[in-house]
Amino acid sequence: MSWLPEPLLPHLLAGAIVVSLTAYVLLAGADFGGGVWDFFATGERRARQRALIADAIGPIWEANHVWLILVVVLLFTCFPAVFARLSVTLHIPLTLMLVGIVARGSAFVFRTYDSQADDVQARWGRIFSIASIVTPVLLGMCVGAVVAGEVQPVRPGQAFPDAFVRPWLGPFQLAIGLLALVLFSFLAAVYLCCEAPDAHLQEDFRRRALIAGALVFVGAAVALWLSRDNAPLVWQRVFAQRAFALPGQLVTAASAGTALAALWARRYALARAAAVVQVCFILWGWALAQYPYLLPPALDLAAAAAPERTLQLVLAALGAGVVVLAPSLWYLFRVFKGPVAE
Amino acid sequence: MTDLFAARSQMAASLGFHIIFACIGIAMPLLMVVAERRWQVTGDALYLDLAKRWSKGTAIMFAVGAVSGTILSFELGLLWPGFMEFAGPIIGMPFSLEGFAFFVEAIFLGVYLYGWDRIPPRAHLWAGVLVAVSGALSGIFVVIANAWMNAPTGFTMVDGRPTGIDPIAALMTPAAFSQTLHMTLAAYAATAFAVAGVHAFMLLRDGRNLFHRRALELALWVAVPASLAQPLSGHHSAQFVAEHQPAKLAAMEALFTTTAGAPLLIGGLPDEATGTVRYGLEIPKGLSFLAFNDVDATVRGLDAIPRDEWPHVTTVHLSFQLMVACGSAMALVALWALLRAVRRQPLNASPWFLRAVLAMTPLGFVATEAGWMVTEVGRQPWIIHGVLRTAEAVTPMPGLVWPLVFFLALYALLAVAVAFLLWRQIVKSPDVAEWRRHYVPAARPAEAPAG
Repeated sequence: MSWLPEPLLPHLLAGAIVVSLTAYVLLAGADFGGGVWDFFATGERRARQRALIADAIGPIWEANHVWLILVVVLLFTCFPAVFARLSVTLHIPLTLMLVGIVARGSAFVFRTYDSQADDVQARWGRIFSIASIVTPVLLGMCVGAVVAGEVQPVRPGQAFPDAFVRPWLGPFQLAIGLLALVLFSFLAAVYLCCEAPDAHLQEDFRRRALIAGALVFVGAAVALWLSRDNAPLVWQRVFAQRAFALPGQLVTAASAGTALAALWARRYALARAAAVVQVCFILWGWALAQYPYLLPPALDLAAAAAPERTLQLVLAALGAGVVVLAPSLWYLFRVFKGPVAE
Repeated sequence: MTDLFAARSQMAASLGFHIIFACIGIAMPLLMVVAERRWQVTGDALYLDLAKRWSKGTAIMFAVGAVSGTILSFELGLLWPGFMEFAGPIIGMPFSLEGFAFFVEAIFLGVYLYGWDRIPPRAHLWAGVLVAVSGALSGIFVVIANAWMNAPTGFTMVDGRPTGIDPIAALMTPAAFSQTLHMTLAAYAATAFAVAGVHAFMLLRDGRNLFHRRALELALWVAVPASLAQPLSGHHSAQFVAEHQPAKLAAMEALFTTTAGAPLLIGGLPDEATGTVRYGLEIPKGLSFLAFNDVDATVRGLDAIPRDEWPHVTTVHLSFQLMVACGSAMALVALWALLRAVRRQPLNASPWFLRAVLAMTPLGFVATEAGWMVTEVGRQPWIIHGVLRTAEAVTPMPGLVWPLVFFLALYALLAVAVAFLLWRQIVKSPDVAEWRRHYVPAARPAEAPAG
């Protein structure tokens, strides 16, 4: 079958990584977004906003978090050179991101099980919410470093800042970091509109979703503008090779518009579906923009792939894993995320 | 401090921190499921209360275990990129399988903790069973990856690169059986004895409290068989090490000279410079017998190992002694418990027995930490035994002492917070109204749409 990409196995496993990353962003991303709205809880319904967020993420955040572990494991098993280079060059932001992940998760659980006194709750809540803001920014900066083609092998004698700081600390990387933050916040606000038990809380999160949705537009525009100088590969794909990217861009734009319009019209289930499509297409647009490179501008899928035997077995394990996971996840979300209250 | 030593210390600290929570995440679900099942069979609400209180502790420990495990999965690359680039394609399989097992565990723990009033009792119990089974499996898969580092299989080295990679053969590493068995038993023995110790402590304060009596009984049902089986599994492990990792065994026993009919060394302070041991007690021919089932067998000493391939003898030997001492104490207390049970003496009737159980509270975890020191320090200078040196695998990033300090501070803070929270849970007497709040969100009646 000549239409299949060659070599096939690395493409399938890279696809599995993109799918896992998408699930992570749609699910765990929204959990981080929940923490952002915990930080920005305001008004007379402040406590109820926080309780809604805690109820929404409590049963599922740990399962959602595992998608990231899956991405890491697939990366080091199937594309070990990519994992090694990422870990070396991005040592500092990845370490900081880990601290954020630890602080967010443990503070959330400690808040649930510690004394219900206001000051104790506020202390854990502050750690939980600040970590929820910082972590997505760092994750986005790491992605930005990859897109910008900055993750390269360390050369002997290279100065410390050139090897370990400049790759991830730049305006473009920061823009991607902030884009991740507003995107996660947007997803969370849209989901919370659907899960809010009454119209007042729905209005609170509708307002937040509209603001975050507008910020997603701003963030995406700034990131694209900065990509001209910082990530030429993306710039080229997006603007010079229109035929390559146009269909995806149209879907992204249409779903983004639909999500905001549906929010405006208070049609929350539609807004949620549109927001999910929008986020998927942003992620897939990124993947396509740097295809076939895993670490632009030189390391591509075929060159980075592990031996074929490993890829075959991992693919088989993924197949078996899906058979176990799919019904389990379905059950989890059916129990805790029942029908949408419109 | 060299970067290599800082990286090794950070890895040791991370593993040493995570392993406590991992053990509890493996064994606590078993205890809570047993308690819940007892409730369903007997209808005694005390067991329901017990299952709920144990599950609360599990929730805290599991969350810290999950996030500290995430640190480890990244640290494999952050600290040892050379190792991961080499080994990723070979031992990715157990890590992938572990990923799925952990996924199932996280999903059904969410169902279990938050689902008390949302799903039927039978489904709830099964959710707990899935947590217990997948927790044990995920531990087993991770330990298989470590076993491969001790006895690497599934590839051939050509010009310093692995070729002919066979991940199934790597999964079947001969070290897998002895290591996974020893670690899984350790998780049950350490956790269940710690739980038993906590309830023994409460019984010493309030001897007739039925809640703590039943809790102690259930915990001992897990602790006693695991602690009695552990010395046998340890013996099996040692025989494997004797055959496959002579340098590690020689360091464990501080055996500097190759000896026929080697004695078993108890205690003692080895001196690497002179190749002697001070203050030790020797049991004639004991080591030869234990390692090879033959009192006259020749045991290779450190003199048979090139000097630059010795592990740090004092650390390995003392860790091994500490592990064996703790494990023996636990096995003895387990025997005592068995004896009381056979004679039908109530467990709470003897304060000395309760004090002995209380003394076991930390010992299982001390033994676990010491055992990992033996495994990991005993494998040095190799990260993959006989194939790749730890020094070749470390990241080129300089200044690794800073992340080390940083993570040590983080672990210290987390440890204090967890200790404080657990203490709060333990000393508080069972209060149904209070804990119900955590399982039934107040704002949401059970019959309302959940979404």
